[in-house]
Amino acid sequence: MSEKSTPVRGVTRRQVLTSGAAAVVLTASGRASAVTIDGTPQWRPFDHNAADAVDPSQDWQFFTAEEAATVEAITERLIPADELSISGREAGCAIFIDRQLAGFFGTSERLYMQGPFVNGTPEQGDQSALIPRQRYRVGLAALDDYCRRQHQARFAELPGESQDEVLSGLERGEVPLEGIEAKEFFSLVHQNTMEGFFADPVYGGNRDMVSWRMIGFPGARYDYRDYIEKHNQKLDFEPLSIAGRSGWRTQG
Amino acid sequence: MPTKLPATDAVVVGLGWAGAIIANELVDEGLDVIGFERGPWRDTAKDFNIASVPDELRYNARQELMLRTAQNTCTMRNDVSQTALPMRSWGSFHPGNGTGGAGNHWAGITFRFQPEDFRLHSHLTERYGRQAVEAANLTLQDWGTDWEEMEPHYASFERVAGISGKAGNLNGTLQEGGNPFEGARSIEYPTPPLKQPYGPTLFAEAAREMGYHPFPVPSALVSEGYTNPLGVTMGPCTFCGFCTNYGCANYSKASAITTVLPALIRKPNFTAKTNCEVLRVTLDPSGTRATGIVYIDASGREWEQPAELVIVAAFTLENARLMLLSGVGEPYDPITQRGTTGRNYAYQTANSVQLFFDDKNFNPFIGAGAVGMGIDEFNNDNFDHTGLGFFGGGSIRVTPIGAAPIANRPVPPGTPTWGKEWKRATVDNYLSTMSIGCEASSYSQRGNYLSLDPNYSDRLGRPLLRMTFDFPENDLRMAQYCTDRVAEIARRMNPRQMVEKPMKGHWNSGPYQSSHVVGGFVMGSDPSVSSVNKYLQVWDVPNLFVVGASAFPQNPGYNPTGTVGALAYKAADAIRRLYLKHPGEMIA
Repeated sequence: MSEKSTPVRGVTRRQVLTSGAAAVVLTASGRASAVTIDGTPQWRPFDHNAADAVDPSQDWQFFTAEEAATVEAITERLIPADELSISGREAGCAIFIDRQLAGFFGTSERLYMQGPFVNGTPEQGDQSALIPRQRYRVGLAALDDYCRRQHQARFAELPGESQDEVLSGLERGEVPLEGIEAKEFFSLVHQNTMEGFFADPVYGGNRDMVSWRMIGFPGARYDYRDYIEKHNQKLDFEPLSIAGRSGWRTQG
Repeated sequence: MPTKLPATDAVVVGLGWAGAIIANELVDEGLDVIGFERGPWRDTAKDFNIASVPDELRYNARQELMLRTAQNTCTMRNDVSQTALPMRSWGSFHPGNGTGGAGNHWAGITFRFQPEDFRLHSHLTERYGRQAVEAANLTLQDWGTDWEEMEPHYASFERVAGISGKAGNLNGTLQEGGNPFEGARSIEYPTPPLKQPYGPTLFAEAAREMGYHPFPVPSALVSEGYTNPLGVTMGPCTFCGFCTNYGCANYSKASAITTVLPALIRKPNFTAKTNCEVLRVTLDPSGTRATGIVYIDASGREWEQPAELVIVAAFTLENARLMLLSGVGEPYDPITQRGTTGRNYAYQTANSVQLFFDDKNFNPFIGAGAVGMGIDEFNNDNFDHTGLGFFGGGSIRVTPIGAAPIANRPVPPGTPTWGKEWKRATVDNYLSTMSIGCEASSYSQRGNYLSLDPNYSDRLGRPLLRMTFDFPENDLRMAQYCTDRVAEIARRMNPRQMVEKPMKGHWNSGPYQSSHVVGGFVMGSDPSVSSVNKYLQVWDVPNLFVVGASAFPQNPGYNPTGTVGALAYKAADAIRRLYLKHPGEMIA
């Protein structure tokens, strides 16, 4: 049997300093290190890989004030306020989208973004060279341009019914936008609005778990052993975020 | 030039299910083993903590646990006339990353394949005649092994993973409540079946009334506290519904990180190197002996690790790509049908029927990747295919995986995608909709294969893997037939509305279907149409073993992981018992 090359116990980080930036593998927390592990892996107490929570009270991180107004207006129409819930805007969907764009989602840094960028078949999926930040920047500007030409006002200034007509036109690909396909722009905004409305509130949308209450999703509960065999019964769980819920804080 | 390191006995590429199992067996044999993993070390306590795991945005929508396509992806096209383009984000399937691999975010459904599957070409020829088999226009093959050889290794995998379920055939005697179509088992499942939610229970009642034999889906989610033969303890599944595409915080979902690695990493003759991506297997000038591997660490520095024995046990796609990049075997050519590296790539054919009710509450957030009830009457060759115009079939089942609402908001077709009407329909249908799935076979055909892409490369300049795949006509016919059978059961359950979704048209890389990509470096007894022998040993390179679903010559209507685990034990057993007595030789 051969000799062991590195008889080190525990975790050692081999930090070889080179300029090989192209080869660096990025993780959520930045730069990864090659790790040689022997024996018992070690971790610190409470090192639980927490979510990157959003502070909704901060200023816009990516959007300009004008862009934010447009996105708020869109999310107000996609998820309107009614007897079932508050609106997407009121739930914080625009804040959610802003923070997503400010982070790794906005830059496509985790995605394969090497060219050539070629339009393929429908089966070959999204081949756009535009990262989400660009899709929003270009799309929002083009949307306002369109609305000014057609309605002599920015999207956010239009009456609700006109906004709905424009959004339907975008969804069908019938509203021409400069610099981006209308369907591509609409589907990203629609996707992100729904993500914001239904994701855990720590990401800035779904304020007070409003969407979860609306549909009856209990959120981040982790044990249904006592309920799995309660068939066809309404359980009426109070929902729970991974950050807990407001009632906890007042009782604390 | 890579820096050469001191030699070791064995290197294992990939620390998912297959790699961890083989590494552990070789370490127990006394070999010094180094395992390489391109992603990070993952550990339940740190990475899958209960305070951070139930997060749909992070794990399902943003694919936290999956291989990042910036590091490595593949290109795809439906046929050789098209130019393949890169999959820039994962859709149709979800390769994993880090220790545990895709075995961390898998659903956990753990079938054994059936005895006929291992000699499919021979079996179908015997039953339907050579002419009928040739008319199907497929490239079906035998595996070069059989049920008697596979069974003990299935048992080993089930014991290490604590699989829950109910035997249907124990040593040849049929068992009430189990799957009557399974091959004879030597052991009962290590843990009893899970409790069942409402949807699977309703489905099983309807199926039973129609004369079928519903059984609890075999599951890698343990149903009670379980300590496996390596001394690692797991806890019971709590049906949290954050399962498929998530890591498990309860130590309930079997994965290499919850069953094998905690024991293996503590053994003195094993070392793991994480965030270290293997670039190629090195061969001696004759091309008949592997001399080790070359890898790149996270700083971009290249190292050569010489070894006497090289085990490649990455995901299917990277197994095939590493062999193509290393020049092992001859690349498959779909025109001449020469070459074996990349041959017989196959997938899985996903079908379903969705059921909308007015008067039922399924509490769909209660679930798990592998809790449910299934029937096998229309799977594989369990029904007579005479005159049907296709071979194969599917596993029909109801497995509510949880219903976190970014991805799970069923509404009837034609519902607007936004606005008041959308919201009303979302609320009305969230709790009262269920689905019956039919995960069906994917049979290989001449034009479906894996190769290196001529246009797109990874961040290191190495060609991406190119996938050329479309559903064979055989499989589309099978999909329609089996989905019609599912619809009969659905109708009996009397929903307000039901929607049949048989697989149709071209394979689309966008919507998620299944991560069961198989083949490309297949096993068999004939070196002209296979890459490895029945011990997973590469033809003509005796000290190189390539293990995983890459060895499947075609895919039955079952999930692959149980068989991946069994093949890992099979290869390890052959190395321990046979190869090490005559190292450097093909096992006779």
